[in-house]
Amino acid sequence: MDFDLNEDQQLLAKTVADFCKTRSPVSRFRELRDAEGIGWDPASWQQMGELGWLGVPFPEAAGGLDGSFIEAAVILEQLGKNLVPEPYLASVVLGGYALALAGDEDQQQRWLAPMLEGETSLALAWAEAGARFDPTRVSCTATPAAGGFSLTGAKRFVLNGHAADQLIVSATTPEGLALFVVNADAPGLTRTTLGLIDGHRGAHLRFENVALEPNQLLGAAPAANVLTRVLDYGAAGAVAEGLGVATAMLDMTTGYLGTREQFGLKIGSFQALQHRAVDMFIEVALLRSMSLEAMVRADEDGPERAAAVSAAKHQLGIGGQFVSRQSVQLHGGIGVTDEHDIGLYFKRLQALSTICGDATHHAQRYAACLRSQSS
Amino acid sequence: MDLNFTPEEQAFRARVRAWISEALPEDLAVKARASAQFTHDELMRWHKVLAAKGWAAPAWPKSFGGPGFSAAERFIFNEELELAGTPPLSPFGLVMVGPLIQRFGTNAQRERFLPKILSGEEVWCQGYSEPNAGSDLASLRMSAEDRGDYFVVNGQKTWTTYAQYADWIFCLVRTNAAGKKQSGISFLLIDMRSKGLEARPMLTISHSPAFCDTFFDNVEVPKANLLGPLDGGWTLAKALLGHERTLVGSPGLVRRWLRLAREIATEQIGDDGRPLLEDPAWARRFAALEMRLRAHQMTIYRALSEQQKGRHPGPETSILKIVGTDLIQRAGELCMEVMGHDALAWLPDPGVVPDNEAWVGPSFCYDRAATIYAGSNEIQRNIIAKHILQLPSA
Repeated sequence: MDFDLNEDQQLLAKTVADFCKTRSPVSRFRELRDAEGIGWDPASWQQMGELGWLGVPFPEAAGGLDGSFIEAAVILEQLGKNLVPEPYLASVVLGGYALALAGDEDQQQRWLAPMLEGETSLALAWAEAGARFDPTRVSCTATPAAGGFSLTGAKRFVLNGHAADQLIVSATTPEGLALFVVNADAPGLTRTTLGLIDGHRGAHLRFENVALEPNQLLGAAPAANVLTRVLDYGAAGAVAEGLGVATAMLDMTTGYLGTREQFGLKIGSFQALQHRAVDMFIEVALLRSMSLEAMVRADEDGPERAAAVSAAKHQLGIGGQFVSRQSVQLHGGIGVTDEHDIGLYFKRLQALSTICGDATHHAQRYAACLRSQSS
Repeated sequence: MDLNFTPEEQAFRARVRAWISEALPEDLAVKARASAQFTHDELMRWHKVLAAKGWAAPAWPKSFGGPGFSAAERFIFNEELELAGTPPLSPFGLVMVGPLIQRFGTNAQRERFLPKILSGEEVWCQGYSEPNAGSDLASLRMSAEDRGDYFVVNGQKTWTTYAQYADWIFCLVRTNAAGKKQSGISFLLIDMRSKGLEARPMLTISHSPAFCDTFFDNVEVPKANLLGPLDGGWTLAKALLGHERTLVGSPGLVRRWLRLAREIATEQIGDDGRPLLEDPAWARRFAALEMRLRAHQMTIYRALSEQQKGRHPGPETSILKIVGTDLIQRAGELCMEVMGHDALAWLPDPGVVPDNEAWVGPSFCYDRAATIYAGSNEIQRNIIAKHILQLPSA
């Protein structure tokens, strides 16, 4: 048993941490949030591509560095600590893995490789009204037409959907569920940019008879399996980023408890608040343990993957949320202002807790894992 | 990263499991399957079986008669014992005073005490808490007065678990009333047969006679029985807390509680006429506890991986006592709840409730102690707040 990152992974974590510290303080996220535009910076994205961060988990044949999901998780944790706004989770993890798992070599060369360079970004459009967190209940349809397909329907809350160059879209065909690559400028596609709770942006998408070429169908693997795996990567990625968020919140909060004075004393000397802080510390430690398990098992293909990922995402939704909410509480009035950073973290954690399934969804999934284990 | 035990470690687990099922006497195995509480005699019988195999003290170094297990093997060994429900050996000699004698004792003390702790020939108990010194242990008042060759000890210890069966007691006593209260404490080894010493058992809330009040009336203790330096007992007490903490993080007990609760939940019929486990609300409650146990177990594995590499397990391991004991209680509570009306039974005659439910009530009650002993979970939080989070003191 060995829980150490290897040397390359440790170096990667340090490089990303240094980058975040010097080039992406939280104020950068705040400025982008408040400015007109897409909410993140294409130049920074390109830099991340040059540094290899966008391609690290993917095979060399697709333009990647042949790493594993562990590297992606290591990067996400550091990005989470500083609320880095570039769409790593949306474009690399959700969009990127969908293309890597469902696309053939040509499709990967065409659409994945440029994203790994930081030249483009991707989005995965899977969520629909009335389907909650089930990626297989799809009412978008792709009907055969003119040698290709005609896509009609709507997708909701597509992360990075407002800025992506390509959208990976799930739709029902006569042959069953399928995934398609749709260009952002496709005629018949309407994108409505949305402001999200965490200051990021996303989009609602409407497809009206969008014409698709046959090579826009990602058919290298069954779509339902791909979506399940990709959403597991997404959940594990949200956990890793959420761990970074929660770690930063705990640090900020214990720092505040050590400086803020009331009743003539540092409030961190009050036992009620000390014990609350310890309970937060406990939840962060358990979240780290589960993030480690999830990042390793995300690449596995057995039943333990679902169990580990769901347990980790549940811990983000319960333990991570506890840390986040108590951080605001212990900051008092200043914690409820827009001016203080703690609220930005609070809202990012809230979003991460919803993305790829909330705690209740994953508890139900874990219960199903236990049932199939015992039968 | 590798989250799995090595093939060698897995083979070790299989060996331990096979040995336990062969070595555990049948009458004890029956009680183990029913999760019954064991008597002192029963656990000493099991102690001697383990001692004969050389496995009574898995954490002792080879030089003192331990088996030379690695950290992972120790963990696996303890977990297998817990999963099998074997009688829990008295920890006071093997886990507490034994390692202290190894570390702080003279050669004469090591030779006198360690072999008999290992063999189970001498049974120990712990004299720490006093009526007015619980969490605030350093305010203890039991006195040891220097009379040249010996000390004269006067005072009272309480919650001395199974003192009525013990041959020896290790005590924190006050040898110096001046200065800081932590600096006037010494660590004494006292023969339970000493004149003026009396242990009076009392019932615990589980109905077991596990606790005693232990009285010392002019008890004479030879100077040779002072462990560590005079007035230096607090250092030993703190070192012991470290040992004790490794005792309580183990997830085997929780896993056994959940296994039993699940078994009962397949037999108990819910309000809708189906077995409880088929009710999604109950299934979710099981899932929530199982997930928390998984996170706890991963945290233990992280500590283990540090130990295997010869590194000090990081500060996060200090949470294991809090999380582990909280889980033990929550799992027992769930077990009580799935029993429905059967949870009203107390020490029932055979047939009143199914056999696998008969001992749930007393065990559930006894587990309330888990968050109190070995430094209450509130004291643990104080320690983490101060030493790890470095929050200011009042």
